[in-house]
Amino acid sequence: MAEMFFTKEHEWVKVKEGIGAIGISDHAAHELGDITFVELPKIGKTVKQFEVLAAIESVKAASDIFSPLSGTVVKINQALEDAPEIVNESAEDAGWMVWIEITDESELKNLMTQEQYSDYLKTL
Amino acid sequence: MDEQTKATALNSRHRDLKALMAPFGGWDMPIQYEGIIAEHAWCRQKAALFDICHMGEFIFQGDFEAGGLEDVFSFSVKTIPLGRSRYGFLLNEQGGIIDDLIVFRLAEDKVMVVVNAATADNDFTVINSRLRGGSFTNITDRTGKLDLQGPLAREVMLAAFGEKMASIPYFKFITVQILGVEAIVSRTGYTGELGYEIFLPVDKVCQLWDLLLQDQRVKPAGLGARDVLRLEVGYSLYGSDIDETTTPLEAGLEAFVNFDKNFVGKQALLSQKEQGIRRKKVAFQVSSRRSPRHHYEICFAGETVGSVTSGVFSPMLGCGIGIGFVKPELTVIGTPFTIRHERVGMEAVVCELPFYSGGSLRS
Repeated sequence: MAEMFFTKEHEWVKVKEGIGAIGISDHAAHELGDITFVELPKIGKTVKQFEVLAAIESVKAASDIFSPLSGTVVKINQALEDAPEIVNESAEDAGWMVWIEITDESELKNLMTQEQYSDYLKTL
Repeated sequence: MDEQTKATALNSRHRDLKALMAPFGGWDMPIQYEGIIAEHAWCRQKAALFDICHMGEFIFQGDFEAGGLEDVFSFSVKTIPLGRSRYGFLLNEQGGIIDDLIVFRLAEDKVMVVVNAATADNDFTVINSRLRGGSFTNITDRTGKLDLQGPLAREVMLAAFGEKMASIPYFKFITVQILGVEAIVSRTGYTGELGYEIFLPVDKVCQLWDLLLQDQRVKPAGLGARDVLRLEVGYSLYGSDIDETTTPLEAGLEAFVNFDKNFVGKQALLSQKEQGIRRKKVAFQVSSRRSPRHHYEICFAGETVGSVTSGVFSPMLGCGIGIGFVKPELTVIGTPFTIRHERVGMEAVVCELPFYSGGSLRS
């Protein structure tokens, strides 16, 4: 089971063998309401930690998705282009957005563990 | 919820249903229950129930001409047949829209004026100042209003209240006994679907809400779904698409202005007609699922040419739709726009209204 880490902006990353799967948390998906559009990056795009990686729109709002780690995009979840509602149904699993090849795993120290994120949500 | 915000009689019902609540027009209103998309779909396919108690209602009784009412609105009141209603505007001297509203002809000498929530108090003051006689009363606080909208709405009303609901034509209403009180049931709405607006004493509105929701074909819908529904059929939202700086000519709503009679703002509109309008409402469809939103810029050939006044993702069309204002020459069908806001950009093309015309409205 890959370990899962979170940002304060409610992105998650699951890390396994140098690859990070990235999405938004169940909490974020719920807050956004019905998701109507996901803009995914091109494969090969490089991002730094906390830079804009993707964009998401719901009936209520448009938001940027920030990359939890630095890396290069190696895979995108194309199913979201026609069915962005998958993010509402399964934000932390089938609703993943991007896989990146991680540049520097030491950046994980800037992220929250699942437990820390749960505590963080209680403070909001 | 601050102290200025008013609650409708159904507030605790919405909270029991775990609705997401937000202030709208000075009222604490349900934005959504299970979700905007699901509620929108329910209204297009079945029947959705909306709490619209926040809207304002006034009664005028007296001689329409001697009392001055005939000149108050952009349309004639005295020619509305009994049992019918008419949509139009309350204008200022410059022809700007103080509110859009509907007048119901209740009796030979009596009408009900139904106005938007945020503008209700000002509307009452303005109308009252233009009257020379008759009695004019604000009945908002004692009037409840529910909208039942959707292709199954007639069957639901038949099941609940019997045969008298069977044949109310579009923009006609009946006065009937419901739950032991007198109610107005009108074939009007804001969704593009077959539907009813029901006005009754506010102390009966919870009972009516509960009764209609007992029908399995009915689900509650919030103002979020209502906004998507109305924009798909191209209806204007007061405060976003039209306001005191916008005239009916600019907003493409000249059909609701009667130049054969007197009304406040007529001279301004006539001179605007003569000189030509400088900006005009335009509808556009986005090439993706992105949503244009209020205040996004409309760009043409690299220049900002206007701004978006309403925009949503349309579930019926599967793309973003919006309306805004630009120079009249840029409203030609097929004109390509780019809609911009900060990092967001989307391609769009000018299209006809309504965006969606498959509704059950007139069935």
